[in-house]
Amino acid sequence: MAGSTLEIKNLHVSIEDKEILKGVNLTIKGGEFHAVMGPNGTGKSTLASAIMGHPKYEVTEGSILLDGEDVLEMEVDERARAGLFLAMQYPSEISGVTTSDFLRSSINARRAEGDEIPLMKFIKEMDEALDYLEIDKNMAQRYLNEGFSGGEKKRNEILQLMLLKPEIAILDEIDSGLDIDALKVVSKGINKLRDENFGCLIITHYQRLLNYITPDVVHVMMQGRVVKSGGPELAQRLEAEGYDWIKEELGIEDETVEQNA
Amino acid sequence: MTVDTKLPYDQSYIEQFSTERNEPAWMKDLRIQALEKADTLEMPKPDKTNISKWNFGQFKHTAAGETISSLTDLPTEIQDFFDKDNLPENLLIQRNQSVAYATVSKDLKDKGVIFTDIFTALKEHEELVKRYYMKDAVSIDEHRLTALHAALMNGGIFVYVPKNVQIEVPLQVVFWQEDPEASLFNHVLVVADENSSLTYVENYISNNETEETVANIVTEVIAQNNAQISFGAVDNFAAGTTSYVNRRGVAYRDATIDWALGQMNDGNTVFENITHLVGDNSTSNAKAVTVGRGKQNTNMTAKIVHFGKNSEGYILQHGVMKDSASNVFNGIGKIEHGASKSNAEQESRVLMLSEKARGDANPILLIDEDDVTAGHAASVGRVDPLQLYYLMSRGITQQEAERLVIHGFLAPVVNQLPIDSVKAQLTQMIERKVN
Ligand SMILES: Nc1ncnc2c1ncn2[C@@H]1O[C@H](COP(=O)(O)OP(=O)(O)OP(=O)(O)O)[C@@H](O)[C@H]1O
Ligand SMILES: [Mg+2]
Repeated sequence: MAGSTLEIKNLHVSIEDKEILKGVNLTIKGGEFHAVMGPNGTGKSTLASAIMGHPKYEVTEGSILLDGEDVLEMEVDERARAGLFLAMQYPSEISGVTTSDFLRSSINARRAEGDEIPLMKFIKEMDEALDYLEIDKNMAQRYLNEGFSGGEKKRNEILQLMLLKPEIAILDEIDSGLDIDALKVVSKGINKLRDENFGCLIITHYQRLLNYITPDVVHVMMQGRVVKSGGPELAQRLEAEGYDWIKEELGIEDETVEQNA
Repeated sequence: MTVDTKLPYDQSYIEQFSTERNEPAWMKDLRIQALEKADTLEMPKPDKTNISKWNFGQFKHTAAGETISSLTDLPTEIQDFFDKDNLPENLLIQRNQSVAYATVSKDLKDKGVIFTDIFTALKEHEELVKRYYMKDAVSIDEHRLTALHAALMNGGIFVYVPKNVQIEVPLQVVFWQEDPEASLFNHVLVVADENSSLTYVENYISNNETEETVANIVTEVIAQNNAQISFGAVDNFAAGTTSYVNRRGVAYRDATIDWALGQMNDGNTVFENITHLVGDNSTSNAKAVTVGRGKQNTNMTAKIVHFGKNSEGYILQHGVMKDSASNVFNGIGKIEHGASKSNAEQESRVLMLSEKARGDANPILLIDEDDVTAGHAASVGRVDPLQLYYLMSRGITQQEAERLVIHGFLAPVVNQLPIDSVKAQLTQMIERKVN
């Protein structure tokens, strides 16, 4: 079997007692690229956060399995070592910890004690990835995300992705705030990982990213559910026409209307 | 006056102590006067910490220490202060109250640099010591502890860098309180004459977990016109030592005094670092870190007083508290009338690692001049769960993630220490204390 399988079944997630996800079903296999689109506030980041184990999100129902293992039973770091990766929409800034030290700790976290990556090997791998993503080498010695521009943070997330080589990656708006050159570079980095062992869930608002990274499946999320799935042409239609036609097709009313009713 | 702090030593004891060391008459007089003052002066009152129950009275005043022939005779925790492949050229080790080891490069001697223990300095450089000893920086009668210090001073260092001498290689001192009951009334006097520069680093270390004693340390650092002093320190007294650590700087015209201080004591500590920017265009960067654990109580004051025009003072204090340890940071920027175009900035932050840990940060700006700039930042908080989440989402364990955040939090000061081996040592101590 090629790669891992992430299965999300009937996932319900609340934040501060407000239900955000209301039964999400989604399966991602090694080799597959899925895109998730949907209006602001419909729960895309919530889905990503719940998969990774963000402390504020509470799963109230449903399951997440990675190759049959119960992800919800795992701590955040265990999920990562099991093969999951989340490029965050808003990565934290960690003062005093250099990007390079952080990367090395992350790599060593998945290796046995006594089998740490040799320093020279690490530097070589990091330098190659920095070059590939056209990132200034000084960034490795800067404190993690501190004072990084929006675009630098996104590149840094992809740098981590390339060095950590997860089984399944979730990229939450990796394209937001990127200029067109950065978008190409970031896409190049993601595409480099594309093979039958690597599965990816790409959350985005824009077709322009999907021009560089062609998804196998496109899902539309609304009001905490996946309401429609299709091929790459679905993303193109959303770009051209927005979401109203889906709402009409499925008879979805706006949240506020629903609440007032 | 409480019974606790009643003086265990009288005038005839002090006279004899001074006579045995062949001290000059002025020094003996100074001690006796100080002793009299100690009797009537009040204890210091550090802001927001009650020290009335702390042990400042129980200690053994004197203890000698043997000399060592080689650095390899030292316990490993002390050897760790040095880079073994590149032993310090200028090093003094004080064991209890005796010099155990001392080396100064020929180059420095030729240039007239003085780097010796305080008792030798009183004999060989009497006038210089007399000129500066408890005169321009710390006064004998500030409170009971400064007076006691002057009366009972039993160790220390004198450093003097003559005019126009620039020292590139650091001077390093280790004060090793080997005897678990011995007190340390240690006096460090560092004088950089006009247009000179030096880097000085000191370490205090003791192992008295249960035996109680006192460290009463006064450090005076004088930077004459256009002198540059980089002063690093790592204090590591064990839980049994109650410490009063007073490091005071005076910077004259165009002079700079930079402090990088690691306060890693395990006992209760009053720690003050005050710099007087007397001259125009003088500057001080006062950086300090601390880690508190157990039931330790610490009070740390960083204060910069601006007298000179266009003087610049930057205070940065970061502390990590675990268990039921408690720390108060007082940051004081004071700009006197006439010190126009001066800038007083400060930042104090406490990170608490447990429910019972306590932290307090009091930023104070006292400004008597209109044409100045000043700013302060202070925070007391816990490790940000989102930072931990982010680090852990890359596979890093919670423990390692916390370690990274803590080291990162302390890095701005640790990285500033001027000797790599001392920096590494401080990093190790932080590791030991936080884990
Ligand atoms: N801390 C919180 N407290 C209350 N509600 C929250 C909190 N965090 C998120 N939400 C709400 O959860 C809903 C889903 O948010 P989420 O971030 O998952 O949306 P999204 O689909 O990623 O949106 P976007 O496209 O804008 O990134 C939103 O209505 C948001 O306001
Ligand atoms: Mg989002």
